[in-house]
Amino acid sequence: MRDKVLVTTEWVADHLTDPKVRIAEVDVDTAAYDQGHVPGAIGWNWTTQLCDTVVRDVIPKNKLEELLGASGVANDSTVVLYGDNNNWFAAWAFWQLKLYGHQDVRIMDGGRKKWLAEGKELSTEAPKPAKTTYRAKDQDESLRAFLPDVMTAVKSKSAALVDVRSPAEFTGEILAPPGLPETCQRGGHIPGAKSMPWAKLANEDGTFKTDAEIKALYDGVGVTGDKPIIAYCRIGERSSHSWFALKYLLGYKDVKNYDGSWTEWGNLVRAQVEKP
Amino acid sequence: MKAEEYTERNETIDTWPVHIVTYRIGEKYYCTIDNVDPGARFARAEGGTREDAERTALEKAKKYLGQTRRRTT
Repeated sequence: MRDKVLVTTEWVADHLTDPKVRIAEVDVDTAAYDQGHVPGAIGWNWTTQLCDTVVRDVIPKNKLEELLGASGVANDSTVVLYGDNNNWFAAWAFWQLKLYGHQDVRIMDGGRKKWLAEGKELSTEAPKPAKTTYRAKDQDESLRAFLPDVMTAVKSKSAALVDVRSPAEFTGEILAPPGLPETCQRGGHIPGAKSMPWAKLANEDGTFKTDAEIKALYDGVGVTGDKPIIAYCRIGERSSHSWFALKYLLGYKDVKNYDGSWTEWGNLVRAQVEKP
Repeated sequence: MKAEEYTERNETIDTWPVHIVTYRIGEKYYCTIDNVDPGARFARAEGGTREDAERTALEKAKKYLGQTRRRTT
């Protein structure tokens, strides 16, 4: 399964001019792409191009079709995503492409960090791909959890909730990662959630740990795939990374990403919060 | 063109562990600082020398970290 969704930096270097492959960089730091990027890679800005800019939501279907069409992505393209912060927002983009049914999406293991550290070729030239007419499928909501799903899971314990934020966010010691704006009113976690920080799934070089190592981590907190899983973080991008690992590396069938995450739950009037 | 003189190190700023990455692309040096856990880049700077880029990024990092409060749980 891993071979179908993860590619190495070497694989990407060997496919830079493959017409079936479209490469896109998606960074937390939206200025990073302009420093230099994988030659031929398109840059997608998560703050403007991978969300609905009016309603809090993922990118609307017609906007995704426009974005992919303008990026030269065809329905049968292999899309390779990579980015900074160990692929946080590359995983966010992966999740959205899967939501809209793109068949062949992969993540470059190790992301931008590994590409830079290996001294691989960079380009500052923005590619001008031939436009395509892309047709997205309707959103597959089996991959996404909304607030009512989470409330049901809390009440009936029908799903395993996985909080992938840092331990200090889980306990409520801090409201957001140090250095980032605090965007919730209460600290803590959703009642019953298990803590499995996303960073534990990654090696020092930004690559994913082995399937066996990741499975052992989740088994250790009782998340075994025997019931549906809902992953959440603060805004849904770190949990995309964990969702990717649970669904595509471990192969658990029913895994949802709760993109409302803590900025929804932690601001909700009368929502129960558990500490520590 | 490629990233050269790539370095990574960990430091502590006002009790917060941070991870500092610096490299050069062409004639510019880039420095980015992330919080070790969860690893979110929150300060970056560029400069004509490694020292310039790191000094500016560290100044930004100190400012932003100063805005993060620890709470009792």
